[in-house]
Amino acid sequence: MTVLSEAGSALSHGGSRAIRRSPYPGWFFLPAALIYGVLFLAPTFASLYFSLTRWTLFNSTFIGLDNFAQFFREPFLVQGPVNTVLYAAVTSGLKVVLGMLLALLLTSAIMGRGYLRSVVFFPVLVSTVGVGITFTVLMHPTRGMINDTPALFGIKGPGWLVDPRLALFSVALVDVWKGVGPATVIYIAGIVAIPKDYYEAARIDGATKWQNFLYVTLPLSRPATATVIILSFIGGLRTFDLIWAMTRGGPGFASDTIASVIYKQYRAGFYGLSTAGNVVLFVLIGIWSCR
Amino acid sequence: MKSRPSIFLGIIAIPVSALVFLVPFAFIILTAFKNKQQATLLDFSWPDGFHLWNNIVEVVTTRNWMLLTAFINSTILTVASVTLPVIFAAMVGFVLARRKTRWNGLIEFLILAGLMIPPAVVPTIWLLQGIGLFGKLHGPVLIEVAYGLPFSIILYRAFIATIPRELDEAAIIDGARPFDVFFRIILPLLWPVTVTNIVVQSVGVFNDFTNPLYYLPGNANATVQLTLYNFQSQFNTSYNLLFTNILLITIPPLLVFLFFNRHIVAGMTAGAVKG
Repeated sequence: MTVLSEAGSALSHGGSRAIRRSPYPGWFFLPAALIYGVLFLAPTFASLYFSLTRWTLFNSTFIGLDNFAQFFREPFLVQGPVNTVLYAAVTSGLKVVLGMLLALLLTSAIMGRGYLRSVVFFPVLVSTVGVGITFTVLMHPTRGMINDTPALFGIKGPGWLVDPRLALFSVALVDVWKGVGPATVIYIAGIVAIPKDYYEAARIDGATKWQNFLYVTLPLSRPATATVIILSFIGGLRTFDLIWAMTRGGPGFASDTIASVIYKQYRAGFYGLSTAGNVVLFVLIGIWSCR
Repeated sequence: MKSRPSIFLGIIAIPVSALVFLVPFAFIILTAFKNKQQATLLDFSWPDGFHLWNNIVEVVTTRNWMLLTAFINSTILTVASVTLPVIFAAMVGFVLARRKTRWNGLIEFLILAGLMIPPAVVPTIWLLQGIGLFGKLHGPVLIEVAYGLPFSIILYRAFIATIPRELDEAAIIDGARPFDVFFRIILPLLWPVTVTNIVVQSVGVFNDFTNPLYYLPGNANATVQLTLYNFQSQFNTSYNLLFTNILLITIPPLLVFLFFNRHIVAGMTAGAVKG
């Protein structure tokens, strides 16, 4: 076989006819590269220029960094980046903790394991907007189910989505509710892959269950933790549909994220400003993934 | 470590999970059965009567059968934008897994970038207008293809790397052309990962709200996710119709979940180990 592949590479270094016969032709990249390049890469590069302009889609005037200055000067715009990072941090933190706990529970011998696994994973498949609307109703301050239950005991529940200090976190909680399934699945895969020898050695050393977790499971599921953090943090930074379905950035601008600001500015016709928001998000994700 | 299933934990976990995860769905279903007056109360109660059928008829016929149009649009969008990348991504994954060149690093970087970077919305709209695809179904199809390619390529590359190279070489010795090696030898072997890919992507596209919102304006082009705004207004929301609508558009992904649960989970973990 080596002889063949050497012969193959010798041939492909030969004339043009031989290159055409390479079993792994370069033109296989073409259809994907064309679609991806035109519809994803080109707009991404174009955004770098258009974010520096006042833009009507038909003509653009170069105005330097004015859009970015405006983005970080206007109080209702600067709320966006702050909320975005906060939202991503809260959701990914909760998904790590809850995903880990659920995975521990679901890899242990527990009654109804199959049912539990399905039920935790199930919300992933429901439309985000549907989930958002449902929870908006459930979180209704006076009539919603979530506040009705404590009301029976005379406790007044918080105004989940109408309290400006709480709105963003209420949406984040729903995000965790919907997204804890994939985190759990990733953790389950990570925990199942830990060789049993470690636990056996720990047992011989007389480790308690807690020590088992602290010194074996936790350090050895670090790759899973890294994956969950990366996926959910980036997902959190980009979130738009859930926030739009639940609060539309409100009350006021209390739960605006960059993605909702982009949409609002686009609807208002400030295309340059909207694109600048895109570039801010782009830079934020770039910084975060290069760290 | 091996012991009998813990009944104690199960007795706690099963009701708690039902409360947290199933009650919201029960609420959707119950509200879809109610009439307008009872639904407005927003409480978790048994419906006064069976109003589901009336609600369905009203939801489907609203705004000139908009939901029906939306289902057709969503189906076209989903089917078209999931089939194309199957072949295109498999081709890229194949060459990427087999041929080591100095371009591989760049290509892998671009794939990761596609997974992480949020698309630049307004420039994309500008581009679609430029090539005359804005507000038509073709544009979003190509866009969903472009956004879905990175994930599919990663899935395929990882799978093709496990197929022995000797297979290609045997085929070449037997006189297969490069084209045949891929389409007649490799592609049929990719069936399991293709199912995963189709299931994960189609649920994603069907449930996609953001891209149709930007790239498919107008009622004639609405997709199912956008119909949810028909019954929501600031002062007079018809909750029974709203939740009937949610119920109806949840059914297709639900069926997919029932039949392809395993593939979805496989896709989630495969997409995760991309590092």
